[in-house]
Amino acid sequence: MNALLATVRRDLLLALRRKSEVLTAVFFFVIVTSLFPLGIGPEPVLLKKIAPGILWVAALLATLLGLPRLFAADHVDGTLEQMALSPSSLGLLVAGKILAHWLLCGLPLVLLAPVLGLQFDLDASALVILTLALLLGTPLLSLIGAIGAALTLGVRGGGVLLALLVLPLYIPALIFGAGAVEAHIAGLGAGGHLSLLAAMLALAVFFAPWATTAALRIALE
Amino acid sequence: MQWNSAGEFFAMGGYAFYVWGSFGACALLMLAEPFLAKRRLSEVRQSLIRERLADELELQQKTS
Amino acid sequence: MNQSIIQWFKFGSPQAFYPLAGRMIPWFWAAAAAFGIAGLWISFFVAPTDAQQGEGYRIIFVHVPASWMSMFIYLVMAFWAGLGLALNTRLSGMMAQSLAPTGALMAALSLWTGALWGKPMWGAWWVWDARLTSELILFFLYLGFMALQAAIDDPRRADKAGAILALVGVVNIPIIYFSVKWWNTLHQGSTINLTKAPSMAHTMLWGMLLMALCFWMYSIAVALTRVRAIILERERHTDWVKHAVE
Repeated sequence: MNALLATVRRDLLLALRRKSEVLTAVFFFVIVTSLFPLGIGPEPVLLKKIAPGILWVAALLATLLGLPRLFAADHVDGTLEQMALSPSSLGLLVAGKILAHWLLCGLPLVLLAPVLGLQFDLDASALVILTLALLLGTPLLSLIGAIGAALTLGVRGGGVLLALLVLPLYIPALIFGAGAVEAHIAGLGAGGHLSLLAAMLALAVFFAPWATTAALRIALE
Repeated sequence: MQWNSAGEFFAMGGYAFYVWGSFGACALLMLAEPFLAKRRLSEVRQSLIRERLADELELQQKTS
Repeated sequence: MNQSIIQWFKFGSPQAFYPLAGRMIPWFWAAAAAFGIAGLWISFFVAPTDAQQGEGYRIIFVHVPASWMSMFIYLVMAFWAGLGLALNTRLSGMMAQSLAPTGALMAALSLWTGALWGKPMWGAWWVWDARLTSELILFFLYLGFMALQAAIDDPRRADKAGAILALVGVVNIPIIYFSVKWWNTLHQGSTINLTKAPSMAHTMLWGMLLMALCFWMYSIAVALTRVRAIILERERHTDWVKHAVE
């Protein structure tokens, strides 16, 4: 457990030295969501209807931005090999790196989403559901994304390939995340969607670090 | 048998474009894929044969 | 008993499998042709005109087999990939790699014929029906698998990375299918409903089964041809390959 926390702290410290990388993802999220009303037109009814989908797709793409860097720097300077050889299990260290990625690329989006939701005239209760859904969904995105990041580590055209591999796997999170808000607005209640998101998150917490570790070992061979 | 003439068969009750578009695409792609796979196989074999001939030639030159 | 297990492992080596595959391929082509002729005969001359859909329904005789095969091939591919990861056999990875393009082709055919079926039946080339959408995502998964393998130069690493991706995909396919279905029922209460197939006559079922068998045999034949090419490409510096080609 200590190893996990140490990894998280290390990654956060490293990221704080290069703030621009974190801010890029956040700005990307803000700009993409603001582009949609410009492209579609300022009709409040329509915008309110498509807001959950827009915010979710933008969040999906924004988390994707940070993924290629998840293991790349550590791979280049040899830290990753040291981690693989270290006495604490690589799975735990990988889980720490994924957690750090979420804190840097996922959590800011969760905190920012209600503000952006206001742009689309979502009411307070819908904003709460949106935040909750993103809170459950963005860690899922980080976990699944980490598998893709490990598989494409040091591979030609890694960034685009990563998007190709990971985006289809993001679809369930997108459907249930955006669906939660839509169901709430439609008066159907978001409970089912949120519990399914939570179930998928629980599944991913168990399996994704394991698959990521296996993929990293292959990349390090 | 529900077709009275060949023309009726090819007309497919007005759905000719859709039916023949589907079956045609399947036939086309399912002929193209084996063709490409076979070409890939024969290309490797050709290059391997060339390599072997080159080796044998080299061996002959060395011994002679 | 022991003897037979050893026999199986013997064919697990590319060197033994290469000539074996060469001998098997014509038989699978013959089977594919036989099933194909019988299936086409039923689809065009035996199966009666559908009361609601007229002659347009005949597209199912290729649409359904292509969809079945696209899903089945992904499972088989993941099986070989997993086997390769677990037992570290070279041939398994090659099999997975040779199956992927055929699976992608089947998914593409399923989408294409689905669109051609949808236009006259529902008046739209594409509807966001749960099955069509899942098929599209399956197509994306195939593309991702092939792109990953193509991007990695070292074939052994490509096999293993592809194997992990295929296994992750297999775990995700039921989740994706379920979520797409859920999404679909939430968003469109009526109008389009593919799931309710019209009560199917026996002849139609037979036609579909025969065509599916034809597609199956075709897939095996083409995958074996491709795996032979892959074997030669990867093992070209070994001695046996030099003697295998005359």
